[in-house]
Amino acid sequence: MECQECHIRPATLHLTNVVNGQKTEMHVCEHCAKENGYVSYGQEGYSLHNLLSGLFHMNPSTVQGHKHFAQAPAALACPKCGLTYNEFTRIGKFGCASCYETFEDNLNPIFRRVHSGNTKHEGKIPKRMGSGIEKKRKIAAYRESMQQYIQEEEFEKAAELRDKIRLLEQQKDGQEEGES
Amino acid sequence: MSLENFMSDAISPWMKENGPDCDIVMSSRIRLARNFENRTFPLIAKAEDLDDVLNFFQESYQDTDFNERGTMQFLRIADLSPIEKKVFVEKHLISPHLAEHAEEAGVLLSESEQVSIMVNEEDHLRIQLYLPGFQLRKALSEAFEVDDWLEQKITYAFDEERGYLTTCPTNVGTGLRASVMMHLPALTMTHQMNRLTPAINQLGLVVRGIYGEGSEAQGNIYQISNQITLGKSEQDIVEDLESVVSQLIEQERQARETLTEELSIQLEDRVFRSYGTLLHSRIIESKEAATCLSDVRLGIDIGYIQDMPQSILNELMVLIQPGFLQHYAKRSLSGRERDVLRASLIRERLHLENN
Repeated sequence: MECQECHIRPATLHLTNVVNGQKTEMHVCEHCAKENGYVSYGQEGYSLHNLLSGLFHMNPSTVQGHKHFAQAPAALACPKCGLTYNEFTRIGKFGCASCYETFEDNLNPIFRRVHSGNTKHEGKIPKRMGSGIEKKRKIAAYRESMQQYIQEEEFEKAAELRDKIRLLEQQKDGQEEGES
Repeated sequence: MSLENFMSDAISPWMKENGPDCDIVMSSRIRLARNFENRTFPLIAKAEDLDDVLNFFQESYQDTDFNERGTMQFLRIADLSPIEKKVFVEKHLISPHLAEHAEEAGVLLSESEQVSIMVNEEDHLRIQLYLPGFQLRKALSEAFEVDDWLEQKITYAFDEERGYLTTCPTNVGTGLRASVMMHLPALTMTHQMNRLTPAINQLGLVVRGIYGEGSEAQGNIYQISNQITLGKSEQDIVEDLESVVSQLIEQERQARETLTEELSIQLEDRVFRSYGTLLHSRIIESKEAATCLSDVRLGIDIGYIQDMPQSILNELMVLIQPGFLQHYAKRSLSGRERDVLRASLIRERLHLENN
Protein backbone atom coordinates (compact mmCIF):
# COMPACT_ATOMS: atom_id res chain seq x y z
CA MET A 1 0.00 0.00 0.00
CA GLU A 2 1.39 3.39 -0.94
CA CYS A 3 1.21 6.53 1.16
CA GLN A 4 -1.99 8.48 0.40
CA GLU A 5 -0.20 11.81 0.83
CA CYS A 6 2.95 11.58 -1.27
CA HIS A 7 2.06 8.47 -3.33
CA ILE A 8 5.77 7.62 -3.42
CA ARG A 9 6.82 5.90 -0.21
CA PRO A 10 5.02 2.87 1.21
CA ALA A 11 2.49 3.54 3.96
CA THR A 12 3.95 2.35 7.23
CA LEU A 13 1.51 4.06 9.58
CA HIS A 14 -2.17 3.25 9.68
CA LEU A 15 -4.16 5.71 11.73
CA THR A 16 -7.77 5.43 12.72
CA ASN A 17 -9.63 8.52 13.86
CA VAL A 18 -13.06 8.45 15.43
CA VAL A 19 -14.80 11.83 15.58
CA ASN A 20 -18.49 11.96 16.59
CA GLY A 21 -18.82 8.31 15.76
CA GLN A 22 -17.42 8.93 12.26
CA LYS A 23 -14.49 6.65 11.55
CA THR A 24 -11.78 7.77 9.15
CA GLU A 25 -8.71 5.78 8.23
CA MET A 26 -5.38 7.10 7.03
CA HIS A 27 -2.48 5.25 5.47
CA VAL A 28 0.65 7.33 5.32
CA CYS A 29 4.41 6.99 5.39
CA GLU A 30 6.44 8.08 8.37
CA HIS A 31 7.71 11.15 6.58
CA CYS A 32 4.26 12.53 5.68
CA ALA A 33 2.90 11.68 9.10
CA LYS A 34 5.65 13.81 10.62
CA GLU A 35 5.19 16.66 8.09
CA ASN A 36 1.47 16.84 8.66
CA GLY A 37 1.67 16.42 12.40
CA TYR A 38 -0.38 13.22 12.55
CA VAL A 39 2.03 11.87 15.12
CA SER A 40 4.34 13.74 17.40
CA TYR A 41 7.78 12.23 17.58
CA GLY A 42 8.96 14.41 20.41
CA GLN A 43 6.94 12.36 22.85
CA GLU A 44 8.17 9.04 21.63
CA GLY A 45 10.52 8.64 24.54
CA TYR A 46 7.78 8.24 27.11
CA SER A 47 8.79 8.37 30.68
CA LEU A 48 8.62 5.00 32.32
CA HIS A 49 8.37 6.88 35.53
CA ASN A 50 5.03 8.53 34.65
CA LEU A 51 3.74 5.21 33.55
CA LEU A 52 4.73 3.68 36.85
CA SER A 53 3.15 6.16 39.15
CA GLY A 54 0.05 5.66 37.02
CA LEU A 55 0.17 1.98 37.92
CA PHE A 56 0.34 2.70 41.61
CA HIS A 57 -2.84 4.71 41.46
CA MET A 58 -4.88 1.93 39.99
CA ASN A 59 -8.36 1.43 41.22
CA PRO A 60 -8.21 -0.95 44.20
CA SER A 61 -11.43 -2.65 43.16
CA THR A 62 -9.72 -3.99 40.04
CA VAL A 63 -7.07 -5.71 42.11
CA GLN A 64 -8.32 -9.00 43.37
CA GLY A 65 -6.99 -11.44 45.87
CA HIS A 66 -5.40 -8.78 48.01
CA LYS A 67 -7.38 -8.22 51.11
CA HIS A 68 -5.27 -5.35 52.40
CA PHE A 69 -5.25 -3.43 49.22
CA ALA A 70 -8.70 -1.89 49.55
CA GLN A 71 -7.58 -0.08 52.69
CA ALA A 72 -4.40 1.25 51.05
CA PRO A 73 -3.07 3.18 53.99
CA ALA A 74 -2.22 6.60 52.68
CA ALA A 75 -0.77 7.73 55.99
CA LEU A 76 1.40 4.63 56.44
CA ALA A 77 5.02 5.71 56.77
CA CYS A 78 8.31 3.82 56.74
CA PRO A 79 9.78 3.83 60.27
CA LYS A 80 13.36 3.99 58.94
CA CYS A 81 13.34 6.73 56.30
CA GLY A 82 9.95 8.36 56.88
CA LEU A 83 8.65 7.92 53.32
CA THR A 84 4.84 7.76 53.40
CA TYR A 85 2.78 5.49 51.20
CA ASN A 86 1.37 8.57 49.53
CA GLU A 87 4.81 9.86 48.60
CA PHE A 88 5.79 6.38 47.42
CA THR A 89 2.90 6.26 44.97
CA ARG A 90 3.60 9.81 43.81
CA ILE A 91 7.33 9.43 43.08
CA GLY A 92 7.16 5.72 42.25
CA LYS A 93 10.37 4.96 44.17
CA PHE A 94 11.38 3.42 47.49
CA GLY A 95 13.24 5.39 50.14
CA CYS A 96 15.17 2.55 51.79
CA ALA A 97 15.26 -1.21 52.23
CA SER A 98 12.68 -1.07 55.05
CA CYS A 99 10.10 0.52 52.74
CA TYR A 100 9.76 -2.91 51.12
CA GLU A 101 8.58 -4.37 54.45
CA THR A 102 6.41 -1.38 55.34
CA PHE A 103 4.50 -1.38 52.07
CA GLU A 104 4.70 -5.18 51.63
CA ASP A 105 0.93 -5.68 51.46
CA ASN A 106 0.58 -3.39 48.46
CA LEU A 107 3.61 -4.42 46.43
CA ASN A 108 2.61 -7.65 44.70
CA PRO A 109 0.16 -6.03 42.25
CA ILE A 110 2.78 -3.44 41.33
CA PHE A 111 5.58 -5.97 40.80
CA ARG A 112 3.25 -8.23 38.86
CA ARG A 113 2.50 -5.45 36.41
CA VAL A 114 6.07 -4.25 36.03
CA HIS A 115 7.68 -7.69 35.82
CA SER A 116 5.19 -9.70 33.72
CA GLY A 117 3.47 -11.34 36.65
CA ASN A 118 6.58 -12.13 38.69
CA THR A 119 6.85 -11.31 42.39
CA LYS A 120 9.64 -13.58 43.60
CA HIS A 121 13.39 -13.27 43.06
CA GLU A 122 15.03 -16.19 41.24
CA GLY A 123 18.55 -14.98 40.66
CA LYS A 124 21.85 -14.34 42.42
CA ILE A 125 22.16 -14.39 46.19
CA PRO A 126 24.82 -12.44 48.08
CA LYS A 127 27.67 -14.80 48.92
CA ARG A 128 27.68 -13.93 52.58
CA MET A 129 24.04 -14.79 53.30
CA GLY A 130 23.82 -17.25 50.47
CA SER A 131 24.30 -20.86 51.52
CA GLY A 132 21.11 -21.25 53.55
CA ILE A 133 18.87 -19.76 50.89
CA GLU A 134 20.51 -21.77 48.16
CA LYS A 135 19.91 -24.99 50.06
CA LYS A 136 16.26 -24.12 50.55
CA ARG A 137 15.88 -23.45 46.84
CA LYS A 138 17.56 -26.73 45.95
CA ILE A 139 15.28 -28.68 48.28
CA ALA A 140 12.20 -26.97 46.84
CA ALA A 141 13.33 -27.81 43.30
CA TYR A 142 13.99 -31.49 44.24
CA ARG A 143 10.56 -31.75 45.89
CA GLU A 144 8.90 -30.47 42.76
CA SER A 145 10.58 -32.96 40.46
CA MET A 146 10.01 -35.75 43.02
CA GLN A 147 6.25 -35.10 42.81
CA GLN A 148 6.55 -35.19 39.05
CA TYR A 149 8.25 -38.62 39.16
CA ILE A 150 5.62 -39.96 41.58
CA GLN A 151 2.85 -38.92 39.23
CA GLU A 152 4.67 -40.59 36.37
CA GLU A 153 5.12 -43.65 38.61
CA GLU A 154 8.90 -43.46 38.27
CA PHE A 155 9.34 -44.46 41.89
CA GLU A 156 13.03 -45.32 41.71
CA LYS A 157 13.91 -41.86 40.55
CA ALA A 158 11.59 -40.34 43.13
CA ALA A 159 13.32 -42.32 45.86
CA GLU A 160 16.70 -41.08 44.70
CA LEU A 161 15.50 -37.52 45.07
CA ARG A 162 13.96 -38.27 48.48
CA ASP A 163 17.38 -39.41 49.69
CA LYS A 164 19.02 -36.30 48.29
CA ILE A 165 16.50 -34.09 50.08
CA ARG A 166 17.10 -35.95 53.36
CA LEU A 167 20.80 -35.50 52.99
CA LEU A 168 20.44 -31.78 52.38
CA GLU A 169 18.08 -31.36 55.32
CA GLN A 170 20.43 -33.18 57.64
CA GLN A 171 23.29 -30.99 56.51
CA LYS A 172 21.20 -27.95 57.28
CA ASP A 173 20.32 -29.20 60.74
CA GLY A 174 23.90 -30.11 61.44
CA GLN A 175 25.08 -26.68 60.40
CA GLU A 176 22.55 -24.91 62.53
CA GLU A 177 23.52 -26.97 65.55
CA GLY A 178 27.12 -26.22 64.88
CA GLU A 179 26.43 -22.51 64.70
CA SER A 180 24.35 -22.19 67.83
CA MET B 1 47.82 18.02 21.89
CA SER B 2 48.07 16.01 18.68
CA LEU B 3 44.95 14.30 17.49
CA GLU B 4 46.53 10.89 17.90
CA ASN B 5 47.29 11.50 21.54
CA PHE B 6 43.92 13.03 22.14
CA MET B 7 42.18 10.06 20.56
CA SER B 8 44.07 7.52 22.60
CA ASP B 9 43.00 9.52 25.64
CA ALA B 10 39.45 9.97 24.48
CA ILE B 11 38.55 6.43 23.52
CA SER B 12 38.33 3.83 26.25
CA PRO B 13 41.04 1.20 25.67
CA TRP B 14 38.50 -1.65 25.54
CA MET B 15 36.73 0.00 22.60
CA LYS B 16 39.71 -0.53 20.30
CA GLU B 17 39.52 -4.30 20.62
CA ASN B 18 37.40 -6.43 18.35
CA GLY B 19 34.84 -8.85 19.72
CA PRO B 20 32.59 -11.59 18.31
CA ASP B 21 30.10 -10.34 15.68
CA CYS B 22 31.57 -6.86 16.00
CA ASP B 23 30.50 -5.99 12.46
CA ILE B 24 27.02 -5.59 13.95
CA VAL B 25 27.23 -5.63 17.75
CA MET B 26 29.45 -2.76 18.87
CA SER B 27 29.46 -3.55 22.57
CA SER B 28 27.83 -5.60 25.33
CA ARG B 29 27.06 -4.10 28.72
CA ILE B 30 25.97 -5.47 32.09
CA ARG B 31 24.68 -3.16 34.80
CA LEU B 32 23.91 -4.26 38.35
CA ALA B 33 22.03 -2.03 40.82
CA ARG B 34 22.99 -2.49 44.48
CA ASN B 35 22.29 -0.69 47.76
CA PHE B 36 23.73 -0.68 51.26
CA GLU B 37 21.57 -2.53 53.78
CA ASN B 38 21.20 0.04 56.51
CA ARG B 39 21.30 3.30 54.62
CA THR B 40 18.59 5.44 53.10
CA PHE B 41 18.62 5.22 49.30
CA PRO B 42 20.31 8.22 47.60
CA LEU B 43 17.05 9.60 46.22
CA ILE B 44 15.87 10.92 49.60
CA ALA B 45 19.03 10.56 51.69
CA LYS B 46 20.52 13.53 53.51
CA ALA B 47 23.76 15.04 52.23
CA GLU B 48 25.77 13.73 55.20
CA ASP B 49 24.56 10.16 54.58
CA LEU B 50 25.63 10.41 50.97
CA ASP B 51 28.96 11.84 52.03
CA ASP B 52 29.41 8.86 54.34
CA VAL B 53 28.96 6.50 51.43
CA LEU B 54 31.43 8.46 49.31
CA ASN B 55 34.01 8.55 52.08
CA PHE B 56 33.59 4.85 52.73
CA PHE B 57 34.14 4.19 49.05
CA GLN B 58 37.15 6.43 48.80
CA GLU B 59 38.78 4.90 51.87
CA SER B 60 37.99 1.31 50.96
CA TYR B 61 38.64 1.26 47.23
CA GLN B 62 40.81 4.20 46.14
CA ASP B 63 43.93 2.81 44.48
CA THR B 64 43.09 -0.78 45.40
CA ASP B 65 44.02 -3.51 42.99
CA PHE B 66 41.28 -5.71 41.65
CA ASN B 67 42.67 -8.91 40.12
CA GLU B 68 44.07 -8.39 36.63
CA ARG B 69 42.08 -5.21 36.16
CA GLY B 70 44.80 -3.18 37.76
CA THR B 71 44.45 -0.22 40.04
CA MET B 72 40.98 1.20 40.57
CA GLN B 73 40.67 4.96 40.53
CA PHE B 74 38.03 6.82 42.53
CA LEU B 75 36.77 10.21 41.35
CA ARG B 76 34.31 12.62 42.92
CA ILE B 77 32.04 14.01 40.24
CA ALA B 78 32.11 17.40 41.95
CA ASP B 79 35.84 17.60 41.18
CA LEU B 80 35.25 17.30 37.43
CA SER B 81 34.78 20.35 35.18
CA PRO B 82 31.43 20.66 33.36
CA ILE B 83 33.11 19.63 30.10
CA GLU B 84 34.81 16.64 31.72
CA LYS B 85 31.45 15.54 33.08
CA LYS B 86 29.99 15.68 29.58
CA VAL B 87 32.89 13.64 28.25
CA PHE B 88 32.34 10.98 30.92
CA VAL B 89 28.68 10.78 29.90
CA GLU B 90 29.54 10.55 26.21
CA LYS B 91 31.98 7.74 26.96
CA HIS B 92 29.14 6.04 28.88
CA LEU B 93 31.30 5.92 32.02
CA ILE B 94 28.65 7.74 34.03
CA SER B 95 24.96 8.36 33.46
CA PRO B 96 23.45 11.80 32.77
CA HIS B 97 21.65 11.43 36.12
CA LEU B 98 24.96 11.08 37.97
CA ALA B 99 26.44 14.11 36.20
CA GLU B 100 23.43 16.21 37.20
CA HIS B 101 23.46 15.17 40.85
CA ALA B 102 27.16 15.74 41.12
CA GLU B 103 27.49 17.20 44.64
CA GLU B 104 27.58 13.87 46.45
CA ALA B 105 28.35 11.45 43.65
CA GLY B 106 31.43 9.49 42.63
CA VAL B 107 32.73 6.86 40.27
CA LEU B 108 35.28 4.05 40.65
CA LEU B 109 37.00 3.23 37.37
CA SER B 110 39.22 0.36 36.28
CA GLU B 111 42.35 1.07 34.25
CA SER B 112 40.83 0.04 30.92
CA GLU B 113 37.59 1.89 31.77
CA GLN B 114 35.83 -1.41 31.21
CA VAL B 115 34.47 -1.41 34.75
CA SER B 116 32.82 1.67 36.16
CA ILE B 117 31.04 1.71 39.50
CA MET B 118 28.81 4.74 39.98
CA VAL B 119 28.29 5.77 43.58
CA ASN B 120 25.11 7.55 44.76
CA GLU B 121 23.30 7.31 41.48
CA GLU B 122 19.62 6.46 41.85
CA ASP B 123 20.92 3.47 43.81
CA HIS B 124 23.99 3.54 46.06
CA LEU B 125 25.92 1.49 43.53
CA ARG B 126 25.58 0.92 39.83
CA ILE B 127 28.17 -1.58 38.62
CA GLN B 128 28.78 -1.37 34.87
CA LEU B 129 30.92 -3.66 32.77
CA TYR B 130 31.55 -3.37 29.04
CA LEU B 131 32.97 -5.84 26.52
CA PRO B 132 33.53 -5.20 22.82
CA GLY B 133 31.26 -7.11 20.41
CA PHE B 134 28.62 -9.66 21.32
CA GLN B 135 29.64 -11.38 24.57
CA LEU B 136 26.90 -10.91 27.13
CA ARG B 137 27.55 -14.10 29.08
CA LYS B 138 31.20 -13.28 29.59
CA ALA B 139 30.25 -9.75 30.60
CA LEU B 140 27.78 -11.17 33.14
CA SER B 141 30.31 -13.48 34.75
CA GLU B 142 32.88 -10.68 34.91
CA ALA B 143 30.32 -8.30 36.42
CA PHE B 144 29.56 -10.97 39.06
CA GLU B 145 33.26 -11.01 39.94
CA VAL B 146 33.14 -7.26 40.55
CA ASP B 147 29.95 -7.70 42.56
CA ASP B 148 31.55 -10.39 44.74
CA TRP B 149 34.66 -8.28 45.18
CA LEU B 150 32.62 -5.31 46.46
CA GLU B 151 30.51 -7.54 48.65
CA GLN B 152 33.53 -8.48 50.73
CA LYS B 153 33.27 -5.09 52.39
CA ILE B 154 29.60 -4.17 51.91
CA THR B 155 26.39 -5.72 53.22
CA TYR B 156 23.84 -5.32 50.44
CA ALA B 157 20.14 -4.61 50.87
CA PHE B 158 18.77 -8.04 49.98
CA ASP B 159 15.55 -9.85 50.70
CA GLU B 160 15.03 -13.58 50.21
CA GLU B 161 11.67 -13.01 48.54
CA ARG B 162 12.36 -9.83 46.55
CA GLY B 163 16.06 -10.15 45.82
CA TYR B 164 18.32 -7.09 45.62
CA LEU B 165 16.32 -4.10 46.84
CA THR B 166 16.48 -1.04 44.61
CA THR B 167 15.12 2.51 44.61
CA CYS B 168 12.93 1.90 41.57
CA PRO B 169 10.51 -1.05 41.45
CA THR B 170 11.59 -1.64 37.84
CA ASN B 171 15.04 -2.81 38.99
CA VAL B 172 14.19 -4.99 41.99
CA GLY B 173 15.23 -8.65 42.04
CA THR B 174 18.38 -9.08 40.01
CA GLY B 175 19.03 -5.32 39.59
CA LEU B 176 20.29 -6.40 36.17
CA ARG B 177 20.12 -4.41 32.98
CA ALA B 178 21.85 -6.31 30.17
CA SER B 179 22.22 -4.44 26.90
CA VAL B 180 23.90 -4.45 23.54
CA MET B 181 24.72 -1.58 21.20
CA MET B 182 23.92 -2.64 17.63
CA HIS B 183 24.66 -1.01 14.29
CA LEU B 184 21.66 -1.85 12.08
CA PRO B 185 21.90 0.24 8.91
CA ALA B 186 20.37 -2.28 6.49
CA LEU B 187 17.36 -3.02 8.70
CA THR B 188 16.81 0.72 9.10
CA MET B 189 17.17 1.49 5.38
CA THR B 190 14.66 -1.19 4.49
CA HIS B 191 12.24 0.13 7.17
CA GLN B 192 12.27 -3.20 8.96
CA MET B 193 13.20 -1.69 12.32
CA ASN B 194 9.76 -0.03 12.47
CA ARG B 195 8.23 -3.46 12.20
CA LEU B 196 10.71 -5.26 14.46
CA THR B 197 10.71 -2.80 17.37
CA PRO B 198 7.13 -3.51 18.54
CA ALA B 199 7.77 -7.25 18.25
CA ILE B 200 10.91 -6.93 20.37
CA ASN B 201 8.99 -4.89 22.93
CA GLN B 202 6.45 -7.65 23.24
CA LEU B 203 9.20 -10.01 24.35
CA GLY B 204 9.88 -7.78 27.36
CA LEU B 205 12.89 -6.10 25.77
CA VAL B 206 13.41 -2.41 25.06
CA VAL B 207 14.86 -0.73 21.96
CA ARG B 208 16.42 2.71 22.41
CA GLY B 209 18.79 5.16 20.76
CA ILE B 210 22.51 5.34 21.54
CA TYR B 211 22.29 7.66 24.54
CA GLY B 212 19.54 5.83 26.41
CA GLU B 213 15.95 6.59 27.25
CA GLY B 214 14.25 8.98 24.84
CA SER B 215 17.25 9.45 22.56
CA GLU B 216 16.87 8.71 18.87
CA ALA B 217 18.84 6.14 16.95
CA GLN B 218 21.73 8.35 15.85
CA GLY B 219 23.83 6.72 13.16
CA ASN B 220 21.53 3.67 13.01
CA ILE B 221 22.82 2.57 16.38
CA TYR B 222 20.30 0.91 18.67
CA GLN B 223 20.53 -0.14 22.27
CA ILE B 224 18.56 -3.26 23.17
CA SER B 225 18.06 -4.28 26.78
CA ASN B 226 15.91 -6.33 29.14
CA GLN B 227 13.02 -4.75 31.02
CA ILE B 228 12.09 -7.47 33.51
CA THR B 229 14.41 -7.89 36.49
CA LEU B 230 12.28 -9.92 38.90
CA GLY B 231 11.39 -13.61 38.75
CA LYS B 232 14.02 -14.63 36.21
CA SER B 233 17.60 -15.59 36.90
CA GLU B 234 20.38 -13.42 35.48
CA GLN B 235 21.40 -16.28 33.19
CA ASP B 236 17.87 -16.57 31.79
CA ILE B 237 17.59 -12.81 31.27
CA VAL B 238 20.88 -12.79 29.38
CA GLU B 239 19.96 -15.86 27.33
CA ASP B 240 16.61 -14.36 26.30
CA LEU B 241 18.33 -11.17 25.20
CA GLU B 242 21.01 -13.16 23.40
CA SER B 243 18.51 -15.13 21.37
CA VAL B 244 16.75 -11.97 20.16
CA VAL B 245 20.07 -10.28 19.37
CA SER B 246 21.23 -13.35 17.42
CA GLN B 247 18.09 -13.17 15.32
CA LEU B 248 18.59 -9.46 14.69
CA ILE B 249 22.19 -10.13 13.61
CA GLU B 250 20.91 -12.77 11.21
CA GLN B 251 18.23 -10.43 9.80
CA GLU B 252 20.67 -7.53 9.44
CA ARG B 253 23.10 -9.80 7.55
CA GLN B 254 20.30 -10.94 5.24
CA ALA B 255 19.16 -7.37 4.64
CA ARG B 256 22.74 -6.36 3.80
CA GLU B 257 23.00 -9.25 1.37
CA THR B 258 19.73 -8.31 -0.33
CA LEU B 259 20.81 -4.68 -0.59
CA THR B 260 24.17 -5.52 -2.11
CA GLU B 261 22.57 -7.94 -4.57
CA GLU B 262 19.66 -5.82 -5.69
CA LEU B 263 20.79 -2.25 -5.17
CA SER B 264 24.53 -2.65 -5.39
CA ILE B 265 25.35 0.52 -7.34
CA GLN B 266 22.92 2.69 -5.37
CA LEU B 267 24.35 1.44 -2.10
CA GLU B 268 27.92 1.94 -3.27
CA ASP B 269 26.99 5.46 -4.38
CA ARG B 270 25.49 6.26 -1.02
CA VAL B 271 28.52 4.91 0.84
CA PHE B 272 31.01 6.91 -1.21
CA ARG B 273 28.94 10.10 -1.13
CA SER B 274 28.95 9.88 2.64
CA TYR B 275 32.66 9.10 2.62
CA GLY B 276 33.20 12.17 0.43
CA THR B 277 31.18 14.32 2.81
CA LEU B 278 33.27 13.23 5.76
CA LEU B 279 36.54 13.70 3.85
CA HIS B 280 35.77 17.16 2.54
CA SER B 281 33.07 19.00 4.47
CA ARG B 282 34.00 22.12 6.43
CA ILE B 283 30.83 22.38 8.51
CA ILE B 284 28.96 19.30 9.72
CA GLU B 285 26.20 18.80 12.29
CA SER B 286 26.34 15.79 14.58
CA LYS B 287 23.27 14.18 13.02
CA GLU B 288 24.65 14.34 9.49
CA ALA B 289 28.05 13.17 10.71
CA ALA B 290 26.44 10.19 12.45
CA THR B 291 24.50 9.24 9.32
CA CYS B 292 27.61 9.48 7.12
CA LEU B 293 29.69 7.51 9.63
CA SER B 294 27.07 4.79 9.62
CA ASP B 295 27.21 4.61 5.80
CA VAL B 296 31.00 4.50 5.79
CA ARG B 297 31.05 1.79 8.42
CA LEU B 298 28.60 -0.24 6.35
CA GLY B 299 30.88 0.32 3.34
CA ILE B 300 33.82 -1.04 5.33
CA ASP B 301 31.83 -4.09 6.48
CA ILE B 302 30.67 -4.89 2.94
CA GLY B 303 34.13 -4.30 1.47
CA TYR B 304 33.50 -1.20 -0.66
CA ILE B 305 35.98 0.74 1.44
CA GLN B 306 39.27 -0.93 2.26
CA ASP B 307 42.18 -0.14 4.56
CA MET B 308 39.92 1.49 7.12
CA PRO B 309 39.43 -0.07 10.56
CA GLN B 310 35.92 -1.07 11.60
CA SER B 311 36.39 0.66 14.92
CA ILE B 312 36.27 4.03 13.16
CA LEU B 313 32.53 4.27 13.78
CA ASN B 314 32.85 3.57 17.51
CA GLU B 315 35.69 6.06 17.80
CA LEU B 316 34.24 8.89 15.78
CA MET B 317 30.72 8.54 17.20
CA VAL B 318 32.19 9.49 20.58
CA LEU B 319 34.54 12.10 19.16
CA ILE B 320 31.84 14.08 17.34
CA GLN B 321 29.73 14.62 20.49
CA PRO B 322 29.58 18.21 21.85
CA GLY B 323 31.39 17.40 25.11
CA PHE B 324 34.38 15.87 23.37
CA LEU B 325 34.73 18.69 20.88
CA GLN B 326 34.84 21.20 23.71
CA HIS B 327 37.24 19.02 25.67
CA TYR B 328 39.53 19.05 22.65
CA ALA B 329 39.19 22.81 22.18
CA LYS B 330 39.63 23.25 25.95
CA ARG B 331 36.78 25.78 26.06
CA SER B 332 33.04 25.92 25.45
CA LEU B 333 32.01 26.39 21.83
CA SER B 334 28.96 27.77 20.05
CA GLY B 335 26.93 25.45 17.83
CA ARG B 336 28.55 26.74 14.65
CA GLU B 337 32.06 26.52 16.12
CA ARG B 338 31.35 22.92 17.06
CA ASP B 339 30.17 22.08 13.53
CA VAL B 340 33.40 23.51 12.09
CA LEU B 341 35.64 21.75 14.59
CA ARG B 342 33.72 18.50 14.10
CA ALA B 343 34.30 18.63 10.34
CA SER B 344 37.99 19.34 10.78
CA LEU B 345 38.52 16.59 13.38
CA ILE B 346 36.80 14.03 11.17
CA ARG B 347 38.94 15.05 8.17
CA GLU B 348 42.09 14.83 10.22
CA ARG B 349 41.16 11.45 11.67
CA LEU B 350 40.42 9.97 8.24
CA HIS B 351 43.73 11.30 6.89
CA LEU B 352 45.55 9.43 9.65
CA GLU B 353 44.26 6.23 8.04
CA ASN B 354 44.98 7.31 4.47
CA ASN B 355 48.64 8.06 5.07
